[in-house]
Amino acid sequence: MTRLYLDANATEPLCPAARGAALAAMETLGNPSSIHAPGRAARHILETAREAVARACLARPADVIFCSGATEANALAMHALGKGRPILVGATEHDSIRTAPSAAILRVNQDGTLDLAGLDETLAAQPGALVCLMAANNETGVLHDIEAAAKICAAHGALLHVDAVQAIGRANRGWLGMGAASFSLSGHKFGGPMGAGALIIRRGIEVEALTKGGGQEQGRRGGTQALPAIAGLAAAITQPYNNAQIASIRDEIEAFCTSLGAIAPGSTAPRLPNTTSLILPGVRAETQLIALDMAGIAVSAGSACSSGKLAASHVLTAMGYGEQAGQAIRVSLPWNVTADVVPLFTAAYAAMVKRCLRAPAHSA
Amino acid sequence: MRVAVAMSGGVDSSVVAGLMARAGHEVIGITLQLYDHGAATARKGACCAGQDIYDAKRVADRLGIAHYVVDSEARFKNSVMSAFADAYAAGETPVPCIACNQHLKFGDLLDMARDFGAEAMATGHYVRRLDGPEGAEMHQAVDPSRDQSWFLFATTREQLDFCRFPLGDYASKAEVRAVAAEMGLAVAEKADSQDICFVPSGSYAGIVEKFRPDALEAGEVVAEDGRVLGSHQGIARYTIGQAKRLPDAAAHMVVKKIEPGTRRIIVGPRGTHSAVVRLRGVNWLTAPRPLRAEVKLRARDSLRGASITPEGTGAVLTLDEPALAAPGQAAVFYDGTRILGGGFII
Repeated sequence: MTRLYLDANATEPLCPAARGAALAAMETLGNPSSIHAPGRAARHILETAREAVARACLARPADVIFCSGATEANALAMHALGKGRPILVGATEHDSIRTAPSAAILRVNQDGTLDLAGLDETLAAQPGALVCLMAANNETGVLHDIEAAAKICAAHGALLHVDAVQAIGRANRGWLGMGAASFSLSGHKFGGPMGAGALIIRRGIEVEALTKGGGQEQGRRGGTQALPAIAGLAAAITQPYNNAQIASIRDEIEAFCTSLGAIAPGSTAPRLPNTTSLILPGVRAETQLIALDMAGIAVSAGSACSSGKLAASHVLTAMGYGEQAGQAIRVSLPWNVTADVVPLFTAAYAAMVKRCLRAPAHSA
Repeated sequence: MRVAVAMSGGVDSSVVAGLMARAGHEVIGITLQLYDHGAATARKGACCAGQDIYDAKRVADRLGIAHYVVDSEARFKNSVMSAFADAYAAGETPVPCIACNQHLKFGDLLDMARDFGAEAMATGHYVRRLDGPEGAEMHQAVDPSRDQSWFLFATTREQLDFCRFPLGDYASKAEVRAVAAEMGLAVAEKADSQDICFVPSGSYAGIVEKFRPDALEAGEVVAEDGRVLGSHQGIARYTIGQAKRLPDAAAHMVVKKIEPGTRRIIVGPRGTHSAVVRLRGVNWLTAPRPLRAEVKLRARDSLRGASITPEGTGAVLTLDEPALAAPGQAAVFYDGTRILGGGFII
């Protein structure tokens, strides 16, 4: 059985440059905090990585705080920026943002983009808030207009944190230059190894560590840095991304599926080139996922609990899809996708549609 | 062939998955998520799945088979938990495991197995499926102390035909555990599940209270001649034949009847039983016809001789010796080790 991995938004395949850099770092003896020669060698790898990340993110090396991943980076951002401020989060944010204690929800439009007028209204009532928005949505790929949101935030004295996890490498922008106070990223979402991420934060903002430890990262994040993962992250962030080709493969898949009755929420909005969300009306997401997995195709749906149980997508619910929010799968193409996947995927999808719509749907 | 295995995370269904894989089948493990474990145990922050689903996943990993968790919470709540509370509110003594087998395991799960192209579904139940002249037959397990046939009487002939029960031939649970250990499964020594899975503390009143608080409202305990002997704290706390929790004036008596409308518990002396028992929802695993058989009126009951007459979708039992039959419980018909059918006591 040919296996197709179409779940890049969960994790991208490791890219060869990242693998090489991570292996080399793993072979390097020394703790970057040590003073001796091996320590200096390790520190050189760490700081070279920091410079590469800063360049790719249009920021300064001192703005880069390495940590374990985006969940930690988001928590650190809310900790640093949210002190004494009300926190407002987009309705389609990742759970690491959305479920923050006392966060109030900002509406999105039916196409998944932020309701900017709503943001303006909310901030008028709550000036000086911390607003957290994702650059690109993990389920639909829809891009929020961060530049416009940043202007509205600035007009109300609010701070903006951007969750850039899905956008880095695919739709990079100079978010700090647009006015964001910080943004988060995670290495394994763009071809690096799991276990390293970063918070990029505007100079002058004080960051009190969540874990103090040995004072690493200028006292802003304690704990020995995961050097191999960080080296891999830095190697991956500079890799080219074939935006146009990936988009054309995605569009072909999407056109085929919609011709069989699927609905593609968010497809009219600006979005990532690699992502499509596909609702198959009347068929539970888990039924679709299992059928495709058995055909060797890895996709995902909504957000899985650690049990593996699928909840209805809060993203599609926020976009107004009602019970269909539990009937969508997400196809997210990896950086190394080729056009060969189109006939393989479409054949499996067609077979699944035929079987699921013939058999009584498990709607219970 | 492709075989779906209903995996609960316990040792029995884990061994079944292992046996099927060892026999060279393409095995798909499916675990039904029946209720939110975190909410059921009221532990803040506890995972919705709990240990059992984790164990099922680890067994599947160990065996190298596919495994999926299917969300059946809504279905379980409606078809099992709420029906359980409704039965108590109607003065019955329900058997939720039968409802779960009927609606979820041999209903939804089996349909799903067919949808996914499986040619059979195997479970860890202790019962045997034998081929007979009429097609698939259900027989008691070899180990009588493990036999679960009473709980499976509602399995239809079509469902039975699709099912496999490899553990029915094992002489003892110890033998099953030995196979699990030999397969290197971490669940080999896991304790057996107890009582009703969604009542972790063993007190079902909490579930009844949530779904049917009316079944826990106070009422009168009344003698058969109409004298009021005392009061009770809810009909859901009583079952036919029960002697516990009766007022002093009803000492040495047992519950004869539960009247949900008036919330009255009727008590009387022990030993005045009836020979005629009416059944509803009868499932036949042989051609329906009047017949002589042995019947079991509760899970751990002994076999009693009876004549059975089909009547519409139900049946009438005439017991050789009068006995106490609790509405809501099952009456299952046996011919030797074979299960001929069964129904719910009215």
